Amino acid sequence: MRMRLSTLICALLLALPAWATDEEVVLGLSSDHVSITTSFDGSEILIFGAVKREQPIPTGEPLQVIITVAGPSESVVVRRKAKWKNFIWVNTDTVKIDQAPAFYAVATTAPLSSVLTRTEDLREKVTLEHAIRSVGAASDAADAPSFTDAIIRIRRKAGLYQTLEGEVSLDQQTLFRTAITMPANLTEGDYVARIFLTRNGKIISTQQTTIGVRKVGLERWLFTLSRQQSILYGLMSLAIAIAAGWGASAAFQMLRRH
Amino acid sequence: MQIYLPIAEISVNAFLLLGLGGIVGVLSGMFGVGGGFLMTPLLFFIGIPPAVAVATEANQIVASSFSGVLAHFRRQTVDLKMGTVLLIGGLLGAALGVVVFNYLKAAGQVDLLVKLCYVAFLGVVGGLMFIESLNAIRKSRKAGGTPPPKRRQRNWVHAMPFKMRFRTSGLYISVIPPLIVGILVGILAAIMGVGGGFIMVPAMIYILGMPTKVVIGTSLFQIIFVTAFTTMLHATTNYTVDVVLAVLLLVGGVIGAQIGTQIGLRMKAEQLRILLALMVLAVCGKLALDLLLQPNELYSLGAAGGH
Repeated sequence: MRMRLSTLICALLLALPAWATDEEVVLGLSSDHVSITTSFDGSEILIFGAVKREQPIPTGEPLQVIITVAGPSESVVVRRKAKWKNFIWVNTDTVKIDQAPAFYAVATTAPLSSVLTRTEDLREKVTLEHAIRSVGAASDAADAPSFTDAIIRIRRKAGLYQTLEGEVSLDQQTLFRTAITMPANLTEGDYVARIFLTRNGKIISTQQTTIGVRKVGLERWLFTLSRQQSILYGLMSLAIAIAAGWGASAAFQMLRRH
Repeated sequence: MQIYLPIAEISVNAFLLLGLGGIVGVLSGMFGVGGGFLMTPLLFFIGIPPAVAVATEANQIVASSFSGVLAHFRRQTVDLKMGTVLLIGGLLGAALGVVVFNYLKAAGQVDLLVKLCYVAFLGVVGGLMFIESLNAIRKSRKAGGTPPPKRRQRNWVHAMPFKMRFRTSGLYISVIPPLIVGILVGILAAIMGVGGGFIMVPAMIYILGMPTKVVIGTSLFQIIFVTAFTTMLHATTNYTVDVVLAVLLLVGGVIGAQIGTQIGLRMKAEQLRILLALMVLAVCGKLALDLLLQPNELYSLGAAGGH
């Protein structure tokens, strides 16, 4: 990994643009892909890097690092139950959230409120509240924000949304690292990792990379078969079921005879 | 041991699934019910997406019913003729049920309707069966242990045309009532996502007057075909059959079904019926409580349709 880091630094030095006067991120990942195998039980991704600068470390406010990892976004329907005629609980209100990431983790060196201003947050959509887009939601229900809160609450419980304040370690204002734990119920797709360097709550440098989450081996084969050859897949499922049923019956017959 | 399910897209404990399959399999073999009405809510509970749970459960029922019916074939407790008549009705009903289901889906609130269906049917069927079995046990006790006289009272079932002889069941009745029973069970099976054994078994005993021992094998025989049909329908239209999940459930299920069949053969018919009644009532009570009590989380997430 050190090899890779140094080559990256070299590459950046060579391509050093004229405006790059301040501090910049150089980024590394423990792995740029996550393979979902049959025994997949979540994964941990190590994100690390360094701050490259041409001048001595500026004095004053210390440097802060924010790292986000976002899964593929999709629209989500949120339903709310209410008591119907004082009798049974029924889904009454529905709000469609346009875009909500299937996974979102944000890790920082210090509490978010102190490392990022609201304007910067709004512009870069760093915190969870801004990563979820619900433009049309307001027209669906009067209290649309409570539906957005519900997504965050439910997915946080499932480990899909994480806020890891103070979980990024920063050495000498230069080397940073953090570990993001991904749960077992991951959706396939490209996960985008972003790194922000901030000073005084202002973003001074960003860097972005992609982590591919893919099913492999048997998982991939079964998934593809079920979508592309669904009749064959259905027949295969039935054949397995009947074979298993017959097998168990025959085995018990043998056991009883002995 | 955790295992990742390719279609459900979650990771679950393999032994938990094997155990669940085994327990439901025992019940399935004992009572001749597919066990779907128990397994489907259990799968929801461990976090399998409902659409995947319903479709995969259909596939698993094929396996446990097949395993169970073989045991019944060997004891010649399957009425093939009656089973075929019920099956014709069942397939017609299932096709009708899918139409009804899609209509309800378009109207919204399909979840609620399915749950209300469960509560109503489980409540009525379980309650009636429980009372009847209690009376039967009381009567046989009074008579000093002798088996109760076979009830062969002539009711409306015997007044219909197109009579047919069902030798294994010892019946000579019209084909119309079994056809209607098949259709009704088929409709319910498609809407509720279960094999429908828990409705068919009582209907065969109380409406058609079939002997309990024959009822179980015959119901299993019919369920195999209806659930196989449902599995194919789900696999080709919704892509929600998870074969890895099905295999884990059915390995436990087929073994359980064999054990269940042995237990069932050693028990008295009234005892079997009273146990089935209690189980049906327990599931009914759980579902009713879910509707009546305030849930912990008022909000629920669902994928947006139509993409």
